[in-house]
Amino acid sequence: MSDLNTQAVARYKNNFLKEVEERVEDGHWVKMCMQCGVCAGSCPLGPAWQHSPQKIFMMIRAGKREEVLSSDSMWMCTSCYNCIVRCPRKLPITHIMHGLANYAHRLDMAPKGQPTREIARLFWNNLVKTGRVNELKFSLAMYFKDGVVQGVKNAMAMQGIGLGLMKAKRLNPMEIVGGHTCKGKADIQKIVAKAREIEDRRRGLA
Amino acid sequence: MAEMKTAAYICTGCGIGDVLDVKGLEGAAKKDGKMAEVKTHAFLCNAEGVQLIKDDIANNGVTHVCIAACSRRAKTEAFNFPGIAISRANLREGVIWIVAQGADHDEIRQEMAEDYVRMGCAEVKKMVVPGGNVKESSSKRILVVGGGMSGMTAALAAADAGYEVVLVEKAGQLGGFARNLLKRVPFSGPYAEPQATGVEEMAAKIGANPRIKLHLNSTVAETAGAPGRFAVKVAQESGAISEELVGAIVQATGFTPYDVNKLTELGGGQANVVDQAGLEAMAKAANGGAIKRADGKEVKSVVFVQCAGQRGSGGNGNGQHLDYCSGHCCATSIKQAMYFKDANPDVDTVVMYSDLRVPGMGEDFYRSAQQKGVIFTKGKVTKVAGGLSGEMRCKVDFKDLILDEDTSVDADLVVLATGQVPNAGVNLDEWTSVVTLADGGDEAAKAKTVEMKKGSVLKLEYRQGPDMPQFKYGFADSHFICFPYETRRTGIYAAGPVRRPMDMLQAQEDATGAALKAIQAVENVEKGRAAHPRAGDLSFPKARLEGCTQCKRCTVECPFGAIDEDEKRFPKFNEERCRRCGTCMGACPVRVISFENYSVDTVGSQLKAVNVPDQFEEKPRILLLACENDAYPALDMAGIQRLSYSAYVRAIPVRCLGSVNTIWITDALYSGYDGVMMMGCKKCDDYQCHFVKGSELASYRMSKIGDTLKQMGLEEERVITHEVAITDHERVAKLINDYTAQIQEIGLSPMKF
Repeated sequence: MSDLNTQAVARYKNNFLKEVEERVEDGHWVKMCMQCGVCAGSCPLGPAWQHSPQKIFMMIRAGKREEVLSSDSMWMCTSCYNCIVRCPRKLPITHIMHGLANYAHRLDMAPKGQPTREIARLFWNNLVKTGRVNELKFSLAMYFKDGVVQGVKNAMAMQGIGLGLMKAKRLNPMEIVGGHTCKGKADIQKIVAKAREIEDRRRGLA
Repeated sequence: MAEMKTAAYICTGCGIGDVLDVKGLEGAAKKDGKMAEVKTHAFLCNAEGVQLIKDDIANNGVTHVCIAACSRRAKTEAFNFPGIAISRANLREGVIWIVAQGADHDEIRQEMAEDYVRMGCAEVKKMVVPGGNVKESSSKRILVVGGGMSGMTAALAAADAGYEVVLVEKAGQLGGFARNLLKRVPFSGPYAEPQATGVEEMAAKIGANPRIKLHLNSTVAETAGAPGRFAVKVAQESGAISEELVGAIVQATGFTPYDVNKLTELGGGQANVVDQAGLEAMAKAANGGAIKRADGKEVKSVVFVQCAGQRGSGGNGNGQHLDYCSGHCCATSIKQAMYFKDANPDVDTVVMYSDLRVPGMGEDFYRSAQQKGVIFTKGKVTKVAGGLSGEMRCKVDFKDLILDEDTSVDADLVVLATGQVPNAGVNLDEWTSVVTLADGGDEAAKAKTVEMKKGSVLKLEYRQGPDMPQFKYGFADSHFICFPYETRRTGIYAAGPVRRPMDMLQAQEDATGAALKAIQAVENVEKGRAAHPRAGDLSFPKARLEGCTQCKRCTVECPFGAIDEDEKRFPKFNEERCRRCGTCMGACPVRVISFENYSVDTVGSQLKAVNVPDQFEEKPRILLLACENDAYPALDMAGIQRLSYSAYVRAIPVRCLGSVNTIWITDALYSGYDGVMMMGCKKCDDYQCHFVKGSELASYRMSKIGDTLKQMGLEEERVITHEVAITDHERVAKLINDYTAQIQEIGLSPMKF
């Protein structure tokens, strides 16, 4: 159990709804759900999830902390916004889902190796390093996320596309060393750190 | 009364003159109808046409008018001649609009039109202009029984409208159930917080109102008479009796919460399990502070179990208690959860529901509770254990209906949302069966009638029993589909939860409505007119008692309890209680009951005025007796929509199928009609009959007509009854056409001359 998680459990004991209200982006909306199920019926990925938004909200009220935070549901959201449009209680369901995913990730309770979570993590780390997305490094990181052997296999499978991109001057192999960056790289990193500090303070995570 | 002088006016407008032979119509009115005057006009309902009739009435002494034009339902304002008997021959909606177009149909169309003219002439000659039933003195005071929220509202509404009110309350102070509440569910914007009940202010207003006479600690000991002259004995707790003369009655006797101790499966009767009324008492004791249990412990967690012993086996009912939803309990539990949250936001409040029903602006109240952190859980409770040892907590086992799992929740207190049981007095069905036994000499039954009468609210001296008839689930009578305020006891109106389950806001609206109905009743009675649904009707039943055989059918069958029996066992009509449906007229086997403008003769002479072709012409004739409330308007609408139906039918509107006397049917069949169709309203539990029982009684009577038909040597299909709604214009046309085809298939009647 991560420190943050231990601290959260101690602080909220068994009142998970309150924890979500205070610590999850738009979490204060969860109590307003009236369990009509329109979100569950509207979600194009509905059958592919462990729990529909309706169930997630009910589980939060029922105090099922472990189950909610380790659910893959929030990670499956494609942000199509069908649920937000249709919710009769005007809950920002998509945002709550992303908020929950983010919180589960912070507590390190999100499912391990969940592809969406992995992509998000690699993308974020890649981006904050230089202030720009390095596509070559991002792609390679993706290829090799499951080990060297799998990485080589992935790279071999994609080599045709890679060569094509290079011919069309859409991919610069020299990006592998350093790569392009933005002017105030250090400032970007400072901004991100500050934002995180403010956000954590606001959500009581600091 | 002046001598009868008849006149027929034939309108040739709206296309009547284009497709019908007007000379033929005039001939029918003159020769067969024997009208003294016959005139035609191209536009009878315009000022000039109406003036023509008015002049004849003023200058030529015309007293009986047959207007052959459009339906009796059209142009009623133009053709309104006070003091004159009027009949209407329906040539527009009833003939030219419904008979198929084209010269092929000219003959049957003309026959139909001429028959309607003959029928109109025959009818009007049998009519007498009703003079009303004005009595020398008539009370306009209004008695309100019950001084709760509904009763107080009704009393204030009637008094504010300028009427004297007598208010009877059995308790020592006004307020009823509402007096025991800390606050009430919000009734004005923004519908977010519980509001003050306002009981004290209303009680003070009533005390200060000079028009309201208040009887506390009192009940009704006897109610005799009829609207306009109810003689009511009000008994005080001490036994002292005072008499009040009133014109109308509002019964607002409210409800009693269902006995929580019967809900053993939900922990009813155990420690720390209370009903909503019990919680109100705790909240009132706390008065905004922390709510404490009976053992003095502060409540830190509470579970509200919705639909406890309600809705059959839906909600948290198990099918052994109430079968209905009481409507107010969801909002009430929300309000009570707020009592806890407002005193201390850290109290855990869970509302266990299966369908949260918060009608009106209740949705805003629901949202407000969610904002305050009240948890709503969709679940079905399987077991409640109250008063557990140790911390004295309760445990509620339930099935979570969203997460589909069996689980449980602990709480300091469990509140069961029980339902409303109406205080409606004696069940008349039970009463009738006991009285029948008692009349047969059963001593135990006699004792039971005395016992039952003690439980009566109004103690009516009516032949049909001491209270209003009860509706499904024991609520006081109401014409629930069409006229919710109406009851089967004229001038007596039920208001509030005694009529159907409802919350306080609905009860107040209901009470205002009932007060207005009571005012309408006393005003109509004073003028000798009928109350709803034939409001303003001046006719009333008259009986030739010398012909009466004392068979009691009229007294038993009158849906409104209007007819008692006098000392000599003859029917005693209380005209003020009568709704003028004519059910007594339909019931009477010796046909001694009639109305001045609607009688066995007015209808009988119409059906005999039809020219029935002989058997060689192969033109059947079908008599159609159509209820004027739904079936006849549907027939008119078929005409307005230009649907065509068979020109072999002859339609006669009746006040209600209950007024159909079987003599009309036998007369029609003996005169050579090939079939008789009846169209009335839906009967039984989901009735739409304006007179509640009329169509049901008619159906019962017609179920016995088979024997008569057999005696006459006729097929059973010659008489047929249909239930028709006012929207059924397409269906009535089809029913008529199908029946005509059926009659042609079984062949013409052998009774033709």
